[in-house]
Amino acid sequence: MLLIENIKLAFEGLFANKVRALLTMLGIIIGIGSVLAIVTVGNSMSASVTSDMSSFGVSNINVRVTQRNSDRHMPSSSLNENDYITDEMLESFLNMHGEKVESVSVSKSGGPGTAREGRKYANVNIIGVNDGYGAVNNVAVQNGRFLRTDDIKSRRYVAVVSDRLTENIFSKDVDPLGKEVRIDDGLGIQTYLIVGVYKYEEGPFAAFRMFMGPRSEETTDLYIPVSTQQLNSSSVSGYQSFTVMANSDTDSIAFSETVKDFFNAYYKNNARCEVSANAMETSMETVNSMMGTMQLAIAVIAGISLLVGGIGVMNIMLVSVMERTREIGTRKALGARNAAIRMQFIVEAVIICGVGGVIGVVLGFAGGYAGSLALGFPGLPSAGTVVLAVLFSMAIGVFFGYYPANKAAKLDPIEALRYE
Amino acid sequence: MKTIIDMHSIIKSFYIGLPNELEILHEIDLQVYEGEFISIVGQSGSGKSTLMNIIGALDRPTSGSYVLDGEDISELTDNELSDIRNIKIGFVFQTFNLIPRSSALRNIELPMLYNGLGMTERTSRAKELLKMVDMEDRMTHKPSELSGGQKQRVAIARAMANNPAIILADEPTGALDSKTGELVMDIFADLNKNHGKTVVLITHNTKLAARTDRILTLSDGRFERIES
Repeated sequence: MLLIENIKLAFEGLFANKVRALLTMLGIIIGIGSVLAIVTVGNSMSASVTSDMSSFGVSNINVRVTQRNSDRHMPSSSLNENDYITDEMLESFLNMHGEKVESVSVSKSGGPGTAREGRKYANVNIIGVNDGYGAVNNVAVQNGRFLRTDDIKSRRYVAVVSDRLTENIFSKDVDPLGKEVRIDDGLGIQTYLIVGVYKYEEGPFAAFRMFMGPRSEETTDLYIPVSTQQLNSSSVSGYQSFTVMANSDTDSIAFSETVKDFFNAYYKNNARCEVSANAMETSMETVNSMMGTMQLAIAVIAGISLLVGGIGVMNIMLVSVMERTREIGTRKALGARNAAIRMQFIVEAVIICGVGGVIGVVLGFAGGYAGSLALGFPGLPSAGTVVLAVLFSMAIGVFFGYYPANKAAKLDPIEALRYE
Repeated sequence: MKTIIDMHSIIKSFYIGLPNELEILHEIDLQVYEGEFISIVGQSGSGKSTLMNIIGALDRPTSGSYVLDGEDISELTDNELSDIRNIKIGFVFQTFNLIPRSSALRNIELPMLYNGLGMTERTSRAKELLKMVDMEDRMTHKPSELSGGQKQRVAIARAMANNPAIILADEPTGALDSKTGELVMDIFADLNKNHGKTVVLITHNTKLAARTDRILTLSDGRFERIES
């Protein structure tokens, strides 16, 4: 009975002094709002990173030639001819461990270039790849096919291009499959037959396109057989890195050790280089735990803002007790017990914090949604988080309201009635 | 006749045990009977307020016994004193002391709220009391929207809320002009005559005191003479 009356009274007080109430709540609003927004954005960031990484394939193992004993990348300029991983090594690897491997992907950059058809052109990034590249890197072929083993073996002049490229250089009613396209790679111009078109995926920052120039200027990957690429550029044979995609029954983390040991056998006598193999799963775990730590750190900072907010509430409650000394004296003269006075002020603090918490939740919702939307993975905080946030802010009210409330309860009624 | 206030050898001292110990009330004896309308007069510093605080159960005497409406209250705990104030005493103050943010009705409900009465009961009793002081049309008004005399009428209605044994009025006309003061005195007289309430009026205004049945003059912590 008294509780309901106290809640009514607290709301009356809140509305009677709106500006003061709002300023008091500000700390709580900012604290709760930022915690909620950060948790939401953090979840969305995790989801985005996880999805990015699993689009590369969780079961992928990256194998590369690194500096001995340091796991550091070696610039290709400092690699000798016999430091590279050769086709022969790959072949004997597949002979030995083939049953655990879904596919192997190798690639060699052919650098930037332009694709031309008549006067139209498109920017491309030429990549020499093998037949396994498509599966390992999730190249989404929507028309035609990806490169095949025989394309590589026969060193054919065939290419898989993006839908952006075909949009740019062919008119809409033309089927690009079987069409020829001239590629200028800076060293010379070759003509390739288009055998497949894949769907170009925009990166996570596509939303900021307005800063990156028009769509027609965008550079997309163009895949040609790695053997053909080698022919054109007359670069060394062999690879500095490649990717193994383990099949679904294989534990990729354990298999990465096997892969590493297998290739390192070839590098026993190499004083400068060795081979390292990293499973994507390991990196994913690392990234996830890093994100968790970051979220925790930011949450702690937001928690400090809540603490400051709580102190603000305590401060204003102390002022309020002093202002209402006579009222407290009157209530005591009319028969209010100390506990009733204490409850009145605790309820008031809890209401201030609770209302602040609700406003904070609304703002945190909006901020979190907007932030996660910008990351491309719109998410909302869970109902549990919201309830917890409001309850926590009310708990702050109890904690920081207790001292002023107790001070009010302990006032001597005679002194309080005499207070001017 | 039933004794409502029965005080024997009440002493009140301050700064007890300190070099500047001060005895304000010296062995006060006071008997007030049911249905009496008495006034306690005295100049400032006479111990009037100290005596009122003890009669009103806001303070405990240093020594002596005080039986209010058959209950010895000289050695009760804070919570027990709160309950005594709530049920047995109706305070009327010089400065009205209405809760500024609450309406007249809710101000009157307050003592009943602390007495644990339900809302419907509180509201109907409060309306009844407002009618008694001719204020039923100002039910929803806040104290700031009422005149001094109206405020004091609401305060008197509030004092009557739990049907107390005594009405204790401390300079109830001190903040009012003399005409309004007379009207407020009429209400006290009405409560005394027609509702049988025991009223204790504390004042320094001898003219107002003259309207009561009995005047007790307090001077330097002792009653001077008793007139009837």
